[in-house]
Amino acid sequence: MNAKIPEGKLSEKWSNYKSHAKLVNPANRKKLDIIVVGTGLAGASCAASLAEQGYNVKSFCFQDTPRRAHSVAAQGGVNACKNYKNDGDSVYRMFYDTIKGGDFRSREANVYRLAECSANLIDQAVAQGVPFAREYGGYLNNRSFGGVQVSRTFYARGQTGQQLLLGSYQALMRQVAAGRIQLFSRHEMLELVVIDGKARGIISRDLETGEIERHSAHAVVLATGGYGKIYYLSTLAMGCNGSAIWRAHKKGAYMAGVSWIQVHPTSLPQHGEHQSKLTLMSESLRNDGRIWVPKKQNDTRHPNDIPEEERDYYLERRYPSFGNLAPRDISSRAAKERIDAGHGVGEMKNAVCLDFSKAIREQGKDKIEEKYGNLFRMYEKITGINAYTEPMLISPSAHFTMGGLWVDYELMTTIPGLFALGEANFGDHGANRLGANSLLQACVDGYFIAPYTIPNYLAGELKTGKIDVKDPAFDFAERKVRRQLGDLMHIQGHLSADYFHKTLGKLLYDKCGLSRSKEGLEEAIKEIKMLRERFYKELRIPGDGKVNSELEKAGRVADYLELGELMCYDALTRNESCGAHFREEYQTPDGEALRDDQNFCFVSAWEYKGKDAEEELHKEPLEFTEVELAVRSYK
Amino acid sequence: MKLYLKIWRQEDRTSYGKLADYTLDNVSEHMSFLEMLDMLNEALVEKGERVVEFDHDCREGICGQCGVMINGRAHGPLSNTTTCQLHMRSFKDGDTIYIEPFRATAFPIIRDLKIDRTSFDRIIAAGGFISASTGQAPEANSIPINHETAEAAFDSAACIGCGACVATCKNSSAALFTSAKVAHLALLPQGKEEARTRVKSMMNQMDSEGFGHCTNTEACEVECPQEISVLNIARMNYEYNKSRILEK
Ligand SMILES: Cc1cc2nc3c(=O)[nH]c(=O)nc-3n(C[C@H](O)[C@H](O)[C@H](O)COP(=O)(O)OP(=O)(O)OC[C@H]3O[C@@H](n4cnc5c(N)ncnc54)[C@H](O)[C@@H]3O)c2cc1C
Ligand code: FES
Repeated sequence: MNAKIPEGKLSEKWSNYKSHAKLVNPANRKKLDIIVVGTGLAGASCAASLAEQGYNVKSFCFQDTPRRAHSVAAQGGVNACKNYKNDGDSVYRMFYDTIKGGDFRSREANVYRLAECSANLIDQAVAQGVPFAREYGGYLNNRSFGGVQVSRTFYARGQTGQQLLLGSYQALMRQVAAGRIQLFSRHEMLELVVIDGKARGIISRDLETGEIERHSAHAVVLATGGYGKIYYLSTLAMGCNGSAIWRAHKKGAYMAGVSWIQVHPTSLPQHGEHQSKLTLMSESLRNDGRIWVPKKQNDTRHPNDIPEEERDYYLERRYPSFGNLAPRDISSRAAKERIDAGHGVGEMKNAVCLDFSKAIREQGKDKIEEKYGNLFRMYEKITGINAYTEPMLISPSAHFTMGGLWVDYELMTTIPGLFALGEANFGDHGANRLGANSLLQACVDGYFIAPYTIPNYLAGELKTGKIDVKDPAFDFAERKVRRQLGDLMHIQGHLSADYFHKTLGKLLYDKCGLSRSKEGLEEAIKEIKMLRERFYKELRIPGDGKVNSELEKAGRVADYLELGELMCYDALTRNESCGAHFREEYQTPDGEALRDDQNFCFVSAWEYKGKDAEEELHKEPLEFTEVELAVRSYK
Repeated sequence: MKLYLKIWRQEDRTSYGKLADYTLDNVSEHMSFLEMLDMLNEALVEKGERVVEFDHDCREGICGQCGVMINGRAHGPLSNTTTCQLHMRSFKDGDTIYIEPFRATAFPIIRDLKIDRTSFDRIIAAGGFISASTGQAPEANSIPINHETAEAAFDSAACIGCGACVATCKNSSAALFTSAKVAHLALLPQGKEEARTRVKSMMNQMDSEGFGHCTNTEACEVECPQEISVLNIARMNYEYNKSRILEK
């Protein structure tokens, strides 16, 4: 494992890289094929940018159109250190906030580059027509997000992800029209093809006809998003999955930070058995909303009937300097602590109050409506409750995966020619992601980094010639896919894929969620093994091999049942608490995370060793030259 | 509650479909409409029957992938609400519910309730973009855009591409969808340069996909989950006429 961090001062590394990266002659670019799996912000921006340069791109997504990738659901905003507010923001400050927010478990050089490219992304998006919020003078507006003390978040009402995604989707469609991108929607990647150690293509399934297809390329990009849906109940879309990266992992790509999963503090609580989704209420609400629970345990009064002095604003109490804007891991854990102690509110006693009465009193209802109108409407649509007159009820929910495929500075995995972008890679967010940093990361990966690093790789591929899909490696990969699909269809048990997914999700919430213990993780590993055995005996997929959502789900759940186990191993071998990873054995007397820099200042990267064999742990040491490792305090 | 469902079942693009009857017990009013379909499918899996195929993904009203006709209305009985955000509290015990796919020539049925909306993609590909390649962008604040214009552009840009406007229109017109993109881009200074060619090629594409013409019934606005206004259609016509006049 070599992270390939360029030489030079931190602030000059990326410029150094760019000035020395190899280029491909424009005339040669059309001889090179690139597969981009995923059309979210990372995938669409990468595909569009590479096609603009003149490469042949094939773009894949499982939805019916690229515009529906789950980036579309991001509400709150995207960070950039433009310092338009003149409030002391800078590349360095943003870099520092991100490193600290990630609890010092990310690479300095990557994070610095993220901050450095952020300003440019706003320029890019505005040029594409993204209608960000503006002040009356016509200049761009900002708001603040959790974990920072400056206002650097750009937003388009509560639909920032949608607007950014439409920008990159439109750029993508422009290249489709120009004939430089071939689009494969309703296609799912089921296998990576590796020839002589290099990524050379994929096997995909057409989700309408069921056809198994071979696609070859000189480089393969996975921008397939996060796997937070492994918990079943999450803020992710129903189709979000870990399959593409997991199958690449089984072909030799290392996975890193696997158990670092962000649980978002402000989603709608679970209310019943059949629930399929926990809808997120944007964190931006915490700018004006105050979080509290009743001081009394098991208080059954309506929140509006609980007088001010009987409310416990626990975030303001525990973290006076950040208050309601404490980072996500801390806010979620604090909520869980109160809920577990019997102070939860709502029907299932699994929620806390997010209260706007003070903001409405001070700023007026109109102002609040202008800022969050669509979120209040959405809340009312789902719950039937008007949050202008009573507090919202919110609770923590699985949301974002900091972990993913291990990548070097060039975003290349341990398989040469295989790149991972966006939420699918591990990386810039360390053990905890700051709000509004991941839209940024997905865009920066796709618009600004991959367009340099992929050509740098492709420059060495000019002599390769067309990759033949008749290569035995394609035969082998296709056979494997067909066998797996056939095996799943033939089980003929009596339970649906959802049943296994829900059972796994519950298990992971309990034992590998907001807080973890050695004992719990060891149990979870055993239970997941058992659940997997049952899956292969008791699953049932009715229907045929064409459009079959049960078959699609089963393939994803099969992968989750393996990935979930690795998550537990990852959490079990990290004997410290950092960011989203909270091990009960490692905490301070007042319940804060206790990091162990002496022994765990490294990235855990896992290598697949074959079915039923234990994965091998590789350690990438994290070296900090610019920042001092500090206790992450938001008090 | 107990529900009687009549659901459109169709094997593939070329076969005939028909309504099939299902009875579902113990539906809770807290469930979303799609969770009710999940529950039905769960029961079908247990019986070994092919499940009802329907499109969905985000289940929070933003991706635009869900969408069925419910008792003859696109996305069901509530106005401006996606199917995934519809909850069973909008129905009552003993109700019969007809569930059919969005129907339009330009939206072929793939199976059951799943349809092919790639015609929308092709309309966007025909010109629904600003030709700004990566790396060329000037400083974002160099062109101020007043607050109202930015807000108006957002209102148009908010379209989720679900197709309810087409499904509800007696002409199966895609005018609301197309005009929302035309207006979004024409309002912004960055998009003005290409406004003339954009509107023409997008409207030509719309016609060649087999969508009907707009006759101003305004039914689309009622169903649109993002409340996209029919004024966008007026704006599109204005832009179109402008481009024709300037051509001469
Ligand atoms: C509800 C919600 C709100 C959020 N809000 C914010 C926010 O305010 N600010 C912020 O910065 N971040 C936010 N995030 C996080 C951020 O949206 C995501 O991290 C980011 O958009 C991920 O982008 P992506 O391109 O990596 O993946 P995605 O947008 O998830 O795209 C994944 C793509 O991969 C495709 N795909 C996946 N698997 C396969 C396969 N096997 N075969 C073929 N195609 C496949 C999908 O079709 C899709 O096109 C939010 C996340 C959620 C869930
Ligand atoms: S499922 Fe995304 S809008 Fe309904």
